[in-house]
Amino acid sequence: MIELKHISKIFPTADGEFQALTDVSLTIPTGDIFGIVGMSGAGKSTLVRCINLLERPTSGQVLIDGLLDESGKAVDLCALPPAQLRKARRGISMIFQQFNLLMQRTCLDNICFPMEIAGVSKAKARARARELLDTVGLPDKADAYPSQLSGGQKQRIAIARALASDPKILLCDEATSALDPTTTRSILRLIQDINRRLGITVVVITHEMAVVEEICTHVAILEHGHMVETGTVEAVFSNPKTEAGRRLVYPEGVQIDQLPPAGVVRIAFNGGSSYEPLIASLAIDCGVKVNILGADTRNVNGQAFGTMLLGLPEDKSEAAKAMSYLKAQKDVTVEEVHDYHG
Amino acid sequence: MDKFFTQMSEAFSNPALWEEFRTGIWDTLYSTVVATAAACVLGLILGVLLVAGERDGVRPLPAPVMKVLNFVINILRSVPFLILMLMVLPLSKLLVGTKIGTIASIPPLVIAAAPFVARLVEASLREVDKGVIEAAQAMGCSPFQIIWKVILPESLPSLVAGFTTAFITILSYGAMAGAIGGGGLGKIAINYGYNKYNYAVMLIAVVLIVILVQIFQSLGTWISIRSDHRLTGKSGRSRRKKEISSRIDREKKTPGVM
Ligand SMILES: Nc1ncnc2c1ncn2[C@@H]1O[C@H](COP(=O)(O)OP(=O)(O)OP(=O)(O)O)[C@@H](O)[C@H]1O
Ligand SMILES: [Mg+2]
Repeated sequence: MIELKHISKIFPTADGEFQALTDVSLTIPTGDIFGIVGMSGAGKSTLVRCINLLERPTSGQVLIDGLLDESGKAVDLCALPPAQLRKARRGISMIFQQFNLLMQRTCLDNICFPMEIAGVSKAKARARARELLDTVGLPDKADAYPSQLSGGQKQRIAIARALASDPKILLCDEATSALDPTTTRSILRLIQDINRRLGITVVVITHEMAVVEEICTHVAILEHGHMVETGTVEAVFSNPKTEAGRRLVYPEGVQIDQLPPAGVVRIAFNGGSSYEPLIASLAIDCGVKVNILGADTRNVNGQAFGTMLLGLPEDKSEAAKAMSYLKAQKDVTVEEVHDYHG
Repeated sequence: MDKFFTQMSEAFSNPALWEEFRTGIWDTLYSTVVATAAACVLGLILGVLLVAGERDGVRPLPAPVMKVLNFVINILRSVPFLILMLMVLPLSKLLVGTKIGTIASIPPLVIAAAPFVARLVEASLREVDKGVIEAAQAMGCSPFQIIWKVILPESLPSLVAGFTTAFITILSYGAMAGAIGGGGLGKIAINYGYNKYNYAVMLIAVVLIVILVQIFQSLGTWISIRSDHRLTGKSGRSRRKKEISSRIDREKKTPGVM
């Protein structure tokens, strides 16, 4: 189990401080494949790098399963002295988008590297490295240099290297983002296989929802450094509860053929009457039909709060009629959406 | 002109002179190799400190230490070599017991070249991919392991190119040291060309220096390329060869300030 407690990260920058993470708390169960998704710049990499302390959180705690002090209490990774932190890191492997292999070492020697660091004897390390080459399906690449491999093969070697230290946790930061779809799938299969056979907890950072759907069991959504939603993949993907979640899960929004060419408006309910009657009365009073493209509204005691996206009809005069009708409603604000993505 | 040709034919038929050239070549090589080796060791240590010790390096050092380090390197690099040599000769006397000859020129060469090598090393080490260093950190490497097992091996081809630059620079500075008591081919060139107006002998000495430079530049380029496993195929290697040659040509110094 990985427990992140109230993690905040502030980067000092040339023009003041930048808060990349704000009070993120997250529990990742042992043996899980956990996805962390979010738009570019949401703070995914920063968050995952806080797990092995490549990035030191400004505040908050990182608790790793099995990492206990003498009295059997979980210790905060951030509180460990450097030598112990280095030892703890051997149990947390990481793979990267850019593979980050040692270019001047053969594949076999790359895989031996973590064992070399841990003081494993050379003969033992090489034997283990050959096993791992088999595991990742590249037994014939022992003496090849990384420059002689394809992207997918490089990532396989990186995975073998990550497994060499017998980690309990595998962190994947956009591990498939530099690969084509077929290769991506095969790498995901490999990661899933490793998770199942070795019981390694996997944390997958990605901006591709397909990756999450394919292998993850749980998912957390980050937006602007806040964790806005978390749960099982089924729950979050079938019914994203937040705007950020919807934007990620349905990036295209509704199907293109449903997209009204005339335009989209967002209406916000500020506690007036419920929203169904509004749409119904729009049809009755003006004879105009609109499409509900999406809604995030709650009825609280018969009053509506939240926002709704409406597709206006193609006909310009009908659209104008609908607009003026909506604008006339009290407790409702209307704005046109020009860059509608869903 | 006639005089030049008679000098030339005399030079070729004078065995004593050839003997002098032979020891000249030997002295030049010997002092250059020793001075380069020492300067590279010192420069490597300084270069590692410069890169590892900076604020976001793998083993940050206190800011004042880095300031002093940079300051000393910059100062040493801006003293003209001949003046530095005159200043350091007393040290030569202390270290090797003499102020003249090939061996006496080694300490000033080392002191002049080490800061120069340090900057070359610094540039080479900075070429190492940050991501690879990060991966090593994530695996639990200590700062020393990162320097020794990641940064230095990964930058080896570039370091070799830098050492080659250092070698040919030191060779040409060593020749200049001939003017103030150094030995080797430089001394022969100055002795004959400047003191005896024997331009033929001077020309031969200069040609020999140029040939030595070319041989070592080619050798260094070859080793650098051979040791670089990022290169695949013939075209990659020949492209890299051009890059390294032009880099060495750009970075090597002709006598003046290193
Ligand atoms: N060292 C740093 N100094 C200053 N700002 C940083 C630093 N690292 C990250 N940031 C900022 O923090 C924010 C989050 O960055 P992060 O790399 O975690 O995003 P991400 O979600 O991984 O995005 P991407 O999908 O593009 O990789 C960004 O706005 C980024 O500019
Ligand atoms: Mg990222």
